[in-house]
Amino acid sequence: MTTRDEPLVLGIETSCDETGVGIVRGHTLLADAVASSVEEHARFGGVVPEVASRAHLEAMVPTIQRACDTAGVALADVDAIAVTHGPGLAGALLVGVAAAKALALSLGKPIYGVNHLAAHVAVDQLEHGPLPEPCLALLVSGGHSSLLKVTDITGADGGIDPMGATIDDAAGEAFDKVARLLGLPFPGGPHIDKAAREGNQVAIDFPRGLSTRRDLERHRFDFSFSGLKTAVARWVEARERSGEPVPVADVAASFQEAVCDVLVRKALDAAGSAGIEDLMIGGGVAANSRLRALAEERASRLGIRVRVPRPGLCTDNGAMVAALGSTMVARGRTPSPLDLPADSSLPVTEVLAG
Amino acid sequence: MLLAFDTASSTVTVALHDGTEVVAVATSAQGMKHGEQLAPLIEQVLAEAGAQPGDLTGIAVGVGPGPFTGLRVGLVTARTMAHVLAVPVHGVCSLDALALEAVETGAVAGPFVVASDARRKEVYLASYDARGVRLDEPVVDKPAVLATSGPVVGEGARLYPEAFPDARGPERPDAAWLARGVVAGRFTILGSEPLYLRRPDAVASVR
Ligand SMILES: [Zn+2]
Repeated sequence: MTTRDEPLVLGIETSCDETGVGIVRGHTLLADAVASSVEEHARFGGVVPEVASRAHLEAMVPTIQRACDTAGVALADVDAIAVTHGPGLAGALLVGVAAAKALALSLGKPIYGVNHLAAHVAVDQLEHGPLPEPCLALLVSGGHSSLLKVTDITGADGGIDPMGATIDDAAGEAFDKVARLLGLPFPGGPHIDKAAREGNQVAIDFPRGLSTRRDLERHRFDFSFSGLKTAVARWVEARERSGEPVPVADVAASFQEAVCDVLVRKALDAAGSAGIEDLMIGGGVAANSRLRALAEERASRLGIRVRVPRPGLCTDNGAMVAALGSTMVARGRTPSPLDLPADSSLPVTEVLAG
Repeated sequence: MLLAFDTASSTVTVALHDGTEVVAVATSAQGMKHGEQLAPLIEQVLAEAGAQPGDLTGIAVGVGPGPFTGLRVGLVTARTMAHVLAVPVHGVCSLDALALEAVETGAVAGPFVVASDARRKEVYLASYDARGVRLDEPVVDKPAVLATSGPVVGEGARLYPEAFPDARGPERPDAAWLARGVVAGRFTILGSEPLYLRRPDAVASVR
């Protein structure tokens, strides 16, 4: 094996509230160190950009050190540095990009500025080996909800084609907002998932966004979760007004079912329409147990294979950035220049900063 | 070989000092964009002096006070480079570098203050004696609250002439003076903690 086949890559991720540093060799995960500032944001009910940026600065060097210790590698042995340069919170991204440049500069190694969304797809290679290309990726988290047709994960020749996206809230955002309504802690995803296990998913018939025939004409592969969130809020308020207790488990289960149903239905429709037989699900919401189960169940009926990385790799982390960087090196893509910017609104089609 | 830089103003300034004198300097071509400009400017001063990163024996960095986003670019760069190269970081209050330059270039003769732009119609300010030794911790407040008729060094004086009529000397930190001051032992050396002077809660409520 040459270095190019199995490059040793360190990846840095700071697009939101996790400071992630991962190290991979080829498709092998060696270290995935994550420092989270989520506790500091909890009392605000969402991520405060300035708090996140401050935490990234404090966590950066210790997290790099921890990743190297875990992987048992010296920084000098690393072949390349990869970093999320967008999309995400501008100030948060900048801390990671500056640290990555400092590493590349002092080590004399190339730097690859990569797209956060593509990294969520690439991470699956660490779990299930080379990504089938084409594959259909459903990316769902607090910041994104997208359906992507992936023919080349490095983005070469239009390798990532966005088929659909949310037109309002991200799926994970809906989980956070509904959790708040139900008095569950932030971040809402895991708490809703847990509460839903005790509830009945058909107890309340919440709406499925963009699923009417007319919506499907214009937004066949797009998502909308803001109407669902409002419907849950109205239902809970009506209950409270009438003085009846709110059945938290049933509301959580029915809401979760509405989200997962529409995500899976549209993902499988997109895969079918593009003639793709592999569905990859990534992003923080991919850790949801119901989403995984529903996707497996319905996809197997259609002969579609489902790949979902383990929950720890679905949330934001540095390993996913390293995984994409490793593929960039293996495929001989040109590194990014040292003046690469942080781009908070980077489109998903731009996978590598040129 | 000491690498020095400051990102606490809208300008990125980088210098390299060989222990005897400043051997290379570079200043950003455009305001802001610290994250894009700092690393290439460091690469540039090293190349100009024919030096390698491995030749560095220390990193001097302005720790603010200054606008947070740019400040963090400088500090995370200093910390990360120092970690890789196993060299110390010499943190210096960014106002101190301005004070040293003002004293050494003769812009001031007696006691004075340094005032920099803190945005949101405020300034960062600290007081100095005639030798450029800081007398108090920097503060952030409205120019009218901190107004003085005495000599004022730094961009704050140019921005708020009604509060600071006697503007003197340099406007923004210059890494060449940061480097000279560290080599000559003229500064109180701090760690690499940023001098934010404002709580993040306040920032969140303004957004
Ligand atoms: Zn993400």
